[in-house]
Amino acid sequence: MNTFRELFENLREFAVAVGAVTMFLLRMLRHLPRAITRPSLIVEQIYNSGALSLVIIMICGVFIGAVVGLQGYEVLQRFGAEESLGVGAALALLKELGPVVTALLFAGRAGTALASEIGLMRATDQLTAMEMMAVDPVLRVAVPRFLGGAISLPLLAMIFIGIGLYGVQLIAVQQLGVDAASFWSQMRAAVRVDDVTDGLVKSCVFGVVCSLIAVYEGYTAIPTAEGVGRATTRTVVISAVLVLMLNYMLTAVMLR
Amino acid sequence: MQSDTTPSQVTRTTVTDNIVEIRDVYYSVGHRSIFSGLNLSIPRGRITAVMGPSGTGKTTLLRLITGQIRPDRGQVLFDGIDVSQLSRRELYRLRLRMGMLFQNGALLTDMNVFENVAFPLREHTDLPDALIRNIVLTKLQAVGLRGAARLSPAELSGGMARRVALARAMATDPEMLIYDEPFTGLDPISMGMIVRLVRQMNYALGITSIVVSHDVDEISILADTSYLISGGKVVASGSFVELKDHESEIVHQFMNGLADGPVPFHYAPAPDYFTQLLSDDT
Repeated sequence: MNTFRELFENLREFAVAVGAVTMFLLRMLRHLPRAITRPSLIVEQIYNSGALSLVIIMICGVFIGAVVGLQGYEVLQRFGAEESLGVGAALALLKELGPVVTALLFAGRAGTALASEIGLMRATDQLTAMEMMAVDPVLRVAVPRFLGGAISLPLLAMIFIGIGLYGVQLIAVQQLGVDAASFWSQMRAAVRVDDVTDGLVKSCVFGVVCSLIAVYEGYTAIPTAEGVGRATTRTVVISAVLVLMLNYMLTAVMLR
Repeated sequence: MQSDTTPSQVTRTTVTDNIVEIRDVYYSVGHRSIFSGLNLSIPRGRITAVMGPSGTGKTTLLRLITGQIRPDRGQVLFDGIDVSQLSRRELYRLRLRMGMLFQNGALLTDMNVFENVAFPLREHTDLPDALIRNIVLTKLQAVGLRGAARLSPAELSGGMARRVALARAMATDPEMLIYDEPFTGLDPISMGMIVRLVRQMNYALGITSIVVSHDVDEISILADTSYLISGGKVVASGSFVELKDHESEIVHQFMNGLADGPVPFHYAPAPDYFTQLLSDDT
């Protein structure tokens, strides 16, 4: 009986949390037209979430690409198909690794920065001070950061994919001796526009989800050091789980 | 100052000499009652102090006056307008007529001192940058921090941060300024500066000030009228001298800083000391 009650209670809490996040998203969307009239605030947040994440994205892109090159070569050479490495790597990076790994890195770097920044603003009464100055913190703080993150992630994913492909060819062509002409020509011939748009759609969805979770967790953080720490941790955990869940769902829909 | 909205659009019920009136207010957090039938008035153009032991709801009272929270029962009137009945938009209009100084200053940490003071002007007006610059410099000059305009909040001392916050609160020329524990953690010089500024601002600009504090010495030289809150109600009110001579035990304990009295030294729900020492219970 207790197990059922606990299960019911957990489901109820989950439903309440989903409802609260949805209400917060709707509140932000209501402010969207006014927020767009001040592009400088959004550009500033694209810089904070996007430009400042570039180094980590580029370093990880090279190494992920290098590993894909090594493992891909190891598997494909068993069938004498190492010339097809470019195709396999490009599809893997475009459709899965690019959007997913970028989203996970984004949640770890920019997501935590957003959640802790907004959470600290809450803890130090900055958000309350804005309300007392008749400035809506959702409009002034949450929406520009949400938009900045949502715009940055697809851009970062594209950069990650480009750098990743460079990493693949660095290992496959430069080190393992795969023919460069075959590597690039097979890739160009096999990769379709759909493959690119699939990856782009995924990274756009992940951008919205990761930014929403980060901004929501920061905005609703308990105004203490422990509360801000918890909000930051929750941002990474919830974002990672949602990204992987949504990735499966989106892939299933796209392959139908 | 230009504004896209005007507070006068909000309907008034009555206009009195009191800018704020709290009428029979009840407020609870969970099962804990904070106010039970609170009544008090803040006279227009004067400095009113709200005092009381820690945890009596002084800051909660400020949050009620500014509409951050709503009472369970009763009325909170600002210039005749029932704050608890306003929509968010109406409340924001009303808040353009109030300024609030937070205990820690609550300066926006991603902006320097100049931008902090300019913030409400940039948000609520279409004034040209040159005019905003002049207004900000005037406000900073008034609090003696014109030379700190380019410093970041992290480079300011506690007293300086509060003076900047005061300049920011004054930027839109509000009718009423609310100070939440403005003296906490300040050295005597900074405290003296804040006391001087509160008086100067109030009488030079003809505004109303509400000071929430438990610093009896500072309140004695600052406030025209004082309220002492305890147990969810006003237990004493009047001039500082009247409060000092009040016969109530709680007022006497508070005004004289006595460690024991109606507010006990020991937190109440504890078993007998020796019984607990001899038992295994924690």
